[in-house]
Amino acid sequence: MPERIWRKPLDMDKVKHPKADIHIIKDQCKGCGYCIQFCPQKVLEESEDINARGVHPPKIVDANECVICSFCTSVCPDFAIFVVEKPCEKGC
Amino acid sequence: MVAEISHPLSKYLREAMMPHIWCSGCGNGIILNCFVQAVDELQIDLKKLVVVSGIGCIGRAAGYINTDSFHTTHGRPIAFATGVKLANPDLEVVVISGDGDLFAIGGNHFIHAARRNIGIKVICANNFNYGMTGGQQGPTTLLEAFTTTTPYGNIEHPFNLVHLAAASGATYVARWTTLHVRRLTQSIKKMLQKEGFNFIEVVSPCPEIFGRRNRMRTGLQMMEWFKKASIIEHFSDPAKADITPERIVVGEFVDIEKPCYEKLLYDKMAQILT
Repeated sequence: MPERIWRKPLDMDKVKHPKADIHIIKDQCKGCGYCIQFCPQKVLEESEDINARGVHPPKIVDANECVICSFCTSVCPDFAIFVVEKPCEKGC
Repeated sequence: MVAEISHPLSKYLREAMMPHIWCSGCGNGIILNCFVQAVDELQIDLKKLVVVSGIGCIGRAAGYINTDSFHTTHGRPIAFATGVKLANPDLEVVVISGDGDLFAIGGNHFIHAARRNIGIKVICANNFNYGMTGGQQGPTTLLEAFTTTTPYGNIEHPFNLVHLAAASGATYVARWTTLHVRRLTQSIKKMLQKEGFNFIEVVSPCPEIFGRRNRMRTGLQMMEWFKKASIIEHFSDPAKADITPERIVVGEFVDIEKPCYEKLLYDKMAQILT
C-alpha cells in the first residue's frame, strides 16, 4: 500500500472535539439494536438491565468517543435516544 | 443524575399515543422519525400541514403526528388527499402509506394522481407484504420470497414502484431504504419544498412478518441486507431499478418541473368566471 500523506488542517488547534450528552429514554426502547450496530464510533452496547418492555436497552461505553453525528437519533424507530452537545466548559 | 429532558422531536408527536404499536425493528418508526425531522428542519407551520394515511401498519402514522391528520379507508388516501388539496391549495398535503394500500387496492388512484400532477407528496413504506393482516403476498413481494400465501415461494413478478411513478408522470421520484436516514430526510425536505406530485419509496424492514419467513428473523439482519444490497445511483433509469435480493438501486430518479393540477384548475376557473 502506498504511504498516505496526511496534511494538517489549518484550523486544527481551534477545533475542539465536541462533548456529547447522550440521553437514552430506557423505557421507550424496544431493543431493536440499530443504534448499537450502526454507531460509527461504537459508543453504545447492549446493557444487562431489563426495561419496562422486557428488553435490554443500550448503555454508553464511552461518551467521549461520540462525535454527535446523531445517526442514532435518526435511526431509532421509538424516539428513545437523542444526543445534545454539552455546554462548553471554561477554557474552550 | 440529571433530570431527564424530553426528546427534541416529541413536540411533533401526540404524547398520549406514544409509545407506538409497531414491532421491534419495524422501519415505520424510522420513516416517522425522518419525516418529523424534515418538518422540524424546514420549520413548517403545523397548521398548514395535513397528513393522510390509509390502512396498514404505517397508517397509524397519521395518528401519531401532532398535526391535522386523516386516517382513511383502505386504498383511498390519495383520493381523500386530492379533496383536501383542491379545497384548500395552501395546505401541504402528505400521504404516508404502505405498498399494499397505495399500489394494490389504491393503484388507480396513484397513477391518475401522478398523471394529473396534483400537489400531493406521497411517502410509501415498502415492506414486501401485507404486514398488518398476517403477511400475505402483495404487489411488491419479491420473486421466490416466502409469505403465508406463498409457502413454496412467490411466482408473481413484483411492481417496480419508482418506474411506475416515473412513467405515470410524477415530478419527483426517489427510493431510499430505512438505513439511509440522512438522505431520506434530505429527500423528504426536497419533496416538501417542491410543487406537483412527488413520490418517495422507502424500503422498510418487516422482521416479524416478512423477515422471519425469509431467513431474516431480526430487524438487524434485514438492515444488514439493505446495507449489503443497496447501491446509490442518482438519476439512473427507473426501468432498470427492480428490487432483487442482490441489488436495491436507491437514489433520486426523477426531478423535473411541470405545472401542477390545482394551479391549472384555479387558473381555468378564474378564466371562465371573468
